[in-house]
Amino acid sequence: MIELSHYLILAALLFSLGVAGIFLNRKNVILLLMCVELILLAVNINLIGFSTYMGDIAGQVFVFFILTVAAAEAAIGLAIVVVLFRSRGDINVAALDAMRG
Amino acid sequence: MEQAVFYLFAAILLFAATMVITVRNPVQAALFLVLAFFNAAVLWVLAGAEFLGIALVVVYVGAVMVLFLFVVMMLDITVAPVREGFARYLPVGLVVAVLMALQLGVVILSDEVALVGGLIPEPAADVNNIRAIGGVLYTVYVYPFEIAAVILLVAIIAAITLTLRRRTNMKHQDIPEQLNVHKDDRLRVLKMETERRPDRGGVGHEEG
Repeated sequence: MIELSHYLILAALLFSLGVAGIFLNRKNVILLLMCVELILLAVNINLIGFSTYMGDIAGQVFVFFILTVAAAEAAIGLAIVVVLFRSRGDINVAALDAMRG
Repeated sequence: MEQAVFYLFAAILLFAATMVITVRNPVQAALFLVLAFFNAAVLWVLAGAEFLGIALVVVYVGAVMVLFLFVVMMLDITVAPVREGFARYLPVGLVVAVLMALQLGVVILSDEVALVGGLIPEPAADVNNIRAIGGVLYTVYVYPFEIAAVILLVAIIAAITLTLRRRTNMKHQDIPEQLNVHKDDRLRVLKMETERRPDRGGVGHEEG
């Protein structure tokens, strides 16, 4: 028997690690995508913990949909990274200032 | 026993996540992310979500992370300049992460939310997780299910059209162009005066 709060604290720590990774890895778009995957994993852990705690299967169905959308996001994101590398020669985030952002 | 398993795999999960965001080589980061997904799948199975644990291993480790590794190895990224600015952004990243973890911890552990002490119930022996998910997925959630399928189709088309490129120096047949060709593209009728053959014409000219 595991407490629900253990799952929630684990998810909170994982989420914080993902946010810290977005701050640290300014030079590589692929690592940013990996950090987004970490954050999504933390959210899914929360949903599964609550789903089994409440005895409601809807949370697991939502995790299923989140996995679907995350897979689509990773595929399109990596395709954009490939196009970016072909046109610029690197994937440095700090160098992407063509729109003066 | 169950708690020991939970703590072991949670510790490995947090270690793998830390290595993902700090390791120098993107290939190693992808492999540590694979380790994190495996441990998360174990935790999900431990919580009673067997189908999603297997789906995480199959979909994420089997497909998405292979895609990540493929792209990382296909792009020729030099490792050294990738890490510049790491020490510069380390303090602000740490501050934001610690603040966020503390805020989430305050909410989770507060008395008003009253989540502490709530135990995740042991799944009953006759409960079939896959049957339970399938029972609602194709009835209650059938429209979101079909929308998810459309999203995957859009992702396929977008990824292919983004990375498709036509090579200019290759010889290949263009079937639609061949079928749509018109007579005017290939044949040109010239209007010009009729000429006499030079041998007869010369003779005739002399006679005249």
